[in-house]
Amino acid sequence: MAELESVGVLEKKYSRRTFIKGVIATGATVSSASYIVPGPNGLRAATVQSSTERLITLRVNGQDRRVDVLPHETLAMTLRYKLNLTGTKLGCDRAECGACTVLIDGVNQYGCSILTHQVRGREVTTIEGLEDADTGELSVVQQAVMDEGGFQCAFCAPGFIMSMTAMVNQNPNVTREEARHALSGNLCRCADYDKILTCAMRAAELARSV
Amino acid sequence: MAERLVGADISPPDLRAKITGRARYAEDFRAPGMVFMKLLLSPMPHCRVRNVDTSRAMALPGVIDIMRASEVGEPSDRPSEEMLTDEPKYEGEPILAVAAVDEETAAAAIELIDLDLEPLPFVLDPLDSLRPGGPNAYVGGNQFSGQDGWTEYKWSQAEFDAIERGEMPNPLDMPVQWEKGDVDAAFAEADYILTEPVVHQSLTHHPMEPRSTMAYWENGRPFVYVSTQSAQRTKMSMAGALDVDPEEMTFVAEYCGGGFGSKIPGHTHMALAPRMSQKIGRPVMHRVTRYEENYIGRARPGFQSWVKMGFRADGKVTAIDLIIVQESGAYGASDYNSAANIADLAFTPENMRFRGVSMYTNTPPKAAQRGPGGAQIISMLEPLHDKGMREVGVDRLQGRFLNAPVEGATFGPRNSELTSIHAREALMEGAEAFDWETKIAMSGQREGSKVYGVGFGLSPFTAGSRGYDGLMVIRPDGRLYVYQGVGNLGTHSIADTVRPGAELLGLNWDQVEVIWGDSSRGMPRTSIQAGSQTTHAHTRANYAAAEDALRKIRLVASRRLGGSPNAYNVDNGVVSGPGGRMSFAQVAEAAIQMGGELDGSTLPDTISERETVPAAQRLAGQGLMGVATDNYGGSGSIYSWQSGFALIQLDHETGVVDILEYVGWADCGVVIHPRSLNAQQLGGSIQGMGMAMTQRWVFDSRYGVPFANRLYTARPPGFHDVPLQMTAGAVGIPDPQTPIGAKGIGEPSVGAGAAALNMAVMDAMGGNCLCRTPLTPDIILAELEGRPGPWNRLEQLVG
Repeated sequence: MAELESVGVLEKKYSRRTFIKGVIATGATVSSASYIVPGPNGLRAATVQSSTERLITLRVNGQDRRVDVLPHETLAMTLRYKLNLTGTKLGCDRAECGACTVLIDGVNQYGCSILTHQVRGREVTTIEGLEDADTGELSVVQQAVMDEGGFQCAFCAPGFIMSMTAMVNQNPNVTREEARHALSGNLCRCADYDKILTCAMRAAELARSV
Repeated sequence: MAERLVGADISPPDLRAKITGRARYAEDFRAPGMVFMKLLLSPMPHCRVRNVDTSRAMALPGVIDIMRASEVGEPSDRPSEEMLTDEPKYEGEPILAVAAVDEETAAAAIELIDLDLEPLPFVLDPLDSLRPGGPNAYVGGNQFSGQDGWTEYKWSQAEFDAIERGEMPNPLDMPVQWEKGDVDAAFAEADYILTEPVVHQSLTHHPMEPRSTMAYWENGRPFVYVSTQSAQRTKMSMAGALDVDPEEMTFVAEYCGGGFGSKIPGHTHMALAPRMSQKIGRPVMHRVTRYEENYIGRARPGFQSWVKMGFRADGKVTAIDLIIVQESGAYGASDYNSAANIADLAFTPENMRFRGVSMYTNTPPKAAQRGPGGAQIISMLEPLHDKGMREVGVDRLQGRFLNAPVEGATFGPRNSELTSIHAREALMEGAEAFDWETKIAMSGQREGSKVYGVGFGLSPFTAGSRGYDGLMVIRPDGRLYVYQGVGNLGTHSIADTVRPGAELLGLNWDQVEVIWGDSSRGMPRTSIQAGSQTTHAHTRANYAAAEDALRKIRLVASRRLGGSPNAYNVDNGVVSGPGGRMSFAQVAEAAIQMGGELDGSTLPDTISERETVPAAQRLAGQGLMGVATDNYGGSGSIYSWQSGFALIQLDHETGVVDILEYVGWADCGVVIHPRSLNAQQLGGSIQGMGMAMTQRWVFDSRYGVPFANRLYTARPPGFHDVPLQMTAGAVGIPDPQTPIGAKGIGEPSVGAGAAALNMAVMDAMGGNCLCRTPLTPDIILAELEGRPGPWNRLEQLVG
């Protein structure tokens, strides 16, 4: 993260306008319930919004996953309640805490603030996708956290680890100051910031040695 | 030789699950046929539900049922919180619950419910309720006792006139008051007297994980998945709320995404999902959103206070006169009592008077928040003490050293004693790590519009308790299985409290399995995970069980191999002595064959019959059992100490504070897990900085509704709010009254961090004490520019 993201990029990633545009494009309306979860498969009733699910294919953790998705459904909800990938946490429901951070084509984004329909054809990576599925080998960031004993309650950990992953992939020579900036979109209420930065620096060190 | 476990950095056994997404918090559990519940929150700060029409909601396809207050509690005029209510006492209090096939439908149904509400008078600021003729939070009054029921407590106009004149009021009949020494005489002899009104804001806990619950019933037995700080204690309170035998319930609390006092024995609303599930016969997920967490998630009570401190010319504090009016929310709080005790303990005035009143208000419920009472009072008094040192011309650090307690100090109205005190060591070792001499030379120096400030705090809090049970089994695989009833709230105590006992048994850490978070596995009688007591309480309980296990291992060895039991020693999972050696695996098998007390077939009558016995009975016959109660005894309260030192820059043009450096130093006895200890110190200190600076409670005083109800409006500190690198360490002197020597540390750090920041800001303003929180830029700027802010100086919630 040697250079800052431009305001334009941030706007495109996170702004309410982009989010609403996505909703409009998919033909749904935004209501106060727009961050709310649909039920498990087979239990759906017609809702007041008369919205209908569409079967789509998502690319998640290297696998094609077929899933029924509502037009206004957020990626975090699809992951958690349709694909049972509960490692992605919901801490605030709206882009304040970063607990739901996932990678979209390698870029860290808030899963609560991106519509599932918007990630069709893109590579989604969640915390469950970092460990080598065959060998059980941890990613360099996960290994760094193990080495340094990172996190306390760890509810924020998956989000931080995804942001750290994007960070070391982009710049394994990151400095402590740059790492702080790169991770500033994630909140840790236990305020384990000092140790998280130490983990980040260890992760960068491991990434350089790979 | 087996490895040393105490004092080593060992990553906790749950870490891999936490970082791979496998760790399951309450909202991560699923059950076939699971439906969703949502709460209808009161839109008014105080009202009575005249009528509810649910017909349109029930007609919505997908809506399953609605639960009302009358189904989960009895109407009462006592200030006791129920799960649902027809007389909400704060905006956001749950009125009813809706179950539907999905959360969206439940939310849509809530919108279709027609409510007929009768608005009632409300009050947000305690001082408003204290005024003659002022409003009360309850219809019956603003004070409640079991004996007298509801009464009104008001100050006379004379008190408010005194406040207007900038004086300390002198109410004579405060509900709580105590005095020790001769306060008036001490003030008469004092060389310098300081009197200040001080306001400490209320603020929400906001743990990262909202308090979601999932529950279902099978064959009349509840299965509940909860977010809670404690495990066994919460299991017992949940069983009470559901009116079931605790042993008939499967209670799962494997992970907790933070609580900070807001989820101690669970929480009031955790029983709603199981009650709804019982009603509708379906598994129920109650996902709590951040917005809802703001209302039902608890908050720290704020104080409006007056402090009078008397100083001798040599810097000794000789008297403190303290008045606290506590903003106690809808259902009360008791922080002000511990605040007064800690003021006495931390500054050793010898002459002290405390007068306090807890005022009900129509704001979200209050609860202990990390260092309850202590964090507020240390944050408030350290800057005043510092001001006193400046006035009498005593070195700031030396003056604090002088007024810190030493071994044998007593405090509070009952002259309580402590097991050990190394406050001065924590202060001076912290100062050295901070490089006090260099930093204090920077105090007041200007770089452009920015001015350096240096501050510190010395903060005590409770750190232990006694008398709980430990339970462990060495199985025929040769490994030690330790059954923990403590909650997994991020402090690593599920594992760290096992270490001294495992070390006694001569085990390496990879020979130890910790079992936690699921009551069906067996949980012994356990403390609540609050008051920083777990490290002290459960190193002792597990050590007692380990001593029991060691006695039994030696007994088995002597029976099988001959010789005296005491001639056998353990190391690396092997017991050896005059007759030869046995592996722990062989010992476990022999114990099962021998039966009796050795494998838990018979149990000691000292352990808790209601809690530990059922847990131990589940495990009987599985191996060699260690089970015992902590009978180590001890006298006096158990407290730990935290010093904190901050170097800041205050921008006099923008009012923005930049915290450049922070050092924390603890007196918490023997250090079990250095890395985790440092994380507790620094994390707690940063929470204190958030309490003092970034988290701001703002209410609309006209309608009684909070504006700061999300993370971005009541913002906990983020990466850019804290120094790039921080330092922590510990005194490390063992507490003599516990065989392990270790005490807890979670709580005192909040007061230390807040005090250090408050004092540093004061220092950067040339010693001008703002004497209120939060220290947001607009408040600081108004003070710097000498203009009135958009708030009344004593106002509680419009900070």
